[in-house]
Amino acid sequence: MTPALELKNLSKTYQLRQSGGFFARSTDHLAVNNVSLTLPRNQILGLVGESGSGKTTTGMMAMRLVEPSAGQILVGGTDITALGHAALKPYRRKMQVVFQDSYSALDPMMTLAQIVAEPLHIHGLGTGAEQTEQALDMLVKTGLDHSYGNRYPHELSGGQRQRVAIARALILHPTVLVADEPTSALDVSVKAQIINLLLDLQAEMGLSILFISHDLSVVRSLTDKVAVMFQGRIVEEATTETIFTDARHPYTRSLLDAIPVLNPRDRRARTFLTRAQIEAATPRLSGQDGRPELLDIAPGHRLEAIR
Amino acid sequence: MTLLDIENLTVSFPQHDGVVQAVRGVSLRVAAGESVGIVGESGSGKSVTCMAALRLLREPPSRIAADRLELGGIDVLRAGRAHLTAVRGRVAAMVFQDPMTAFDPVFSIGHQIVETIRAHRDLSKSAATVEAAALLARVEIKHPDAILNSYPHQLSGGMLQRAMIAMALSSRPQILFADEPTTALDVTIQAQILHLIKQLQAELGMALIMVTHDLGVVAETVDRVVVMYGGRVMETAPVQDIFDAPLHPYTQALMASMPGRTPGKQRLVEIAGASPNPANPPTGCPFHPRCAVADAHCAAEAPAFRALSDTRAAACWRLA
Repeated sequence: MTPALELKNLSKTYQLRQSGGFFARSTDHLAVNNVSLTLPRNQILGLVGESGSGKTTTGMMAMRLVEPSAGQILVGGTDITALGHAALKPYRRKMQVVFQDSYSALDPMMTLAQIVAEPLHIHGLGTGAEQTEQALDMLVKTGLDHSYGNRYPHELSGGQRQRVAIARALILHPTVLVADEPTSALDVSVKAQIINLLLDLQAEMGLSILFISHDLSVVRSLTDKVAVMFQGRIVEEATTETIFTDARHPYTRSLLDAIPVLNPRDRRARTFLTRAQIEAATPRLSGQDGRPELLDIAPGHRLEAIR
Repeated sequence: MTLLDIENLTVSFPQHDGVVQAVRGVSLRVAAGESVGIVGESGSGKSVTCMAALRLLREPPSRIAADRLELGGIDVLRAGRAHLTAVRGRVAAMVFQDPMTAFDPVFSIGHQIVETIRAHRDLSKSAATVEAAALLARVEIKHPDAILNSYPHQLSGGMLQRAMIAMALSSRPQILFADEPTTALDVTIQAQILHLIKQLQAELGMALIMVTHDLGVVAETVDRVVVMYGGRVMETAPVQDIFDAPLHPYTQALMASMPGRTPGKQRLVEIAGASPNPANPPTGCPFHPRCAVADAHCAAEAPAFRALSDTRAAACWRLA
């Protein structure tokens, strides 16, 4: 079966303006470097890495919200990389996004029913009454009863706002959902609710989710597969359990080692690697300095090595 | 020796349509050298409690009342401005969540640390600059002289947080309040900053109050835990007891909902509902609308905070 989403050799270069500051650079900045990813149907793929690793840029390129400098984006097997605005519109229905900050993602002047119905309106699906009815149904599906339809975003808690953002993203029945840190701004007791909601909706609606996060504990509970980004590249990819039990790349290991313990009994001394140490510890296949390359080291387990 | 002694603290913010009670009768004692974690969600009153202890809240609009509010033996509630300035710094210092907004963007890091040093100690500018560089080295910043001359926007979040810790240490406080010091940071940087704070606490013999919503941060750093919810203390216990045998239903639910506890893609145990609205809190126990074992009594009357053993205490009718 064709995957829900495929990224092939995707890169993004930003030109940094020259200035005289302390850390100023005048070179091109390769935010995403030759990233290839496959999101199979009905799966949740976690994309993890530190801030600046390129994970959000990768997600935005997959949505065509940021234009790639090189590479291809395939949605359900169709190459959408070069499609113009009009030709892209039917594919936009299939790909939706949920952001971290639900407060700034929702128009404060619109009611929740209007917010959730807006994608239907944009795509000209159904009459106004039908759109509202569908929006209210979708709100119910995300755990907000009909009475919420007439409310405004400021009346809601952070968790409820994130439910509205999810309802809006799913009203078009997309095949692909990009969720960019959707639980990072939420309280502990609400985080579990949103994770459960995503799991339920994924199963119920046959969604494929690219879940971008720096919270590895959440990633462990939610995802089928994990891809680890470091300095714009994917350095390791495997099933979630393999990543958590048999990680091979020094960066993946340092990320896992940094997760706070779940019980004070497990406190331990840690060694912190610098970027240079991680680069130096990247597996090498020969003595020479070559280009980093992703190799299949086991079925479904890719690891960056220098060839 | 008790460094921080809070008894029955209430903090309220009058609004045009009522009064928001952010803290509702909190008592807390912290001894010299002790490390205490205050855990709670947004709106639980954990930050406001710390801000009130340092009298950092603007009054009015906020209104602070307490049977006792002492820092280093000084009555903070009745202290004058000069006295308070001495308390903030020499007795207690604070590290905030967002180092980017805690520094002034138009002054160099060095200028701001030197200014802080000289506010508390009688040092010349050049002596204070030497001291500032030593402090930056102490928080494991490489090339402290270069960092002294740089501006906040030129540093990463982790570097800025180190600089803020250096600034907090400049007046040699006996107690350090750290309010979500790693929430804005990456997981690897978080681990480094937590390690640094623990190390400095041990070396300098400071007391530490770690305010956080993250049970992992608590598991990593403190000896004792205070769990807050809806402006009240729900439970306090030694850290190992909180994780091994939480007693309060809220603490139990929080522990159960932690993601990543067991391997595999799975639904989590969730706590239904949302945190109480501080402007319109529920009657009785603030957790009763979400509590699995609450009854009519819990809705009618807030349980008193009472000792359950030498080291543990909780506010729950079910534990009375």
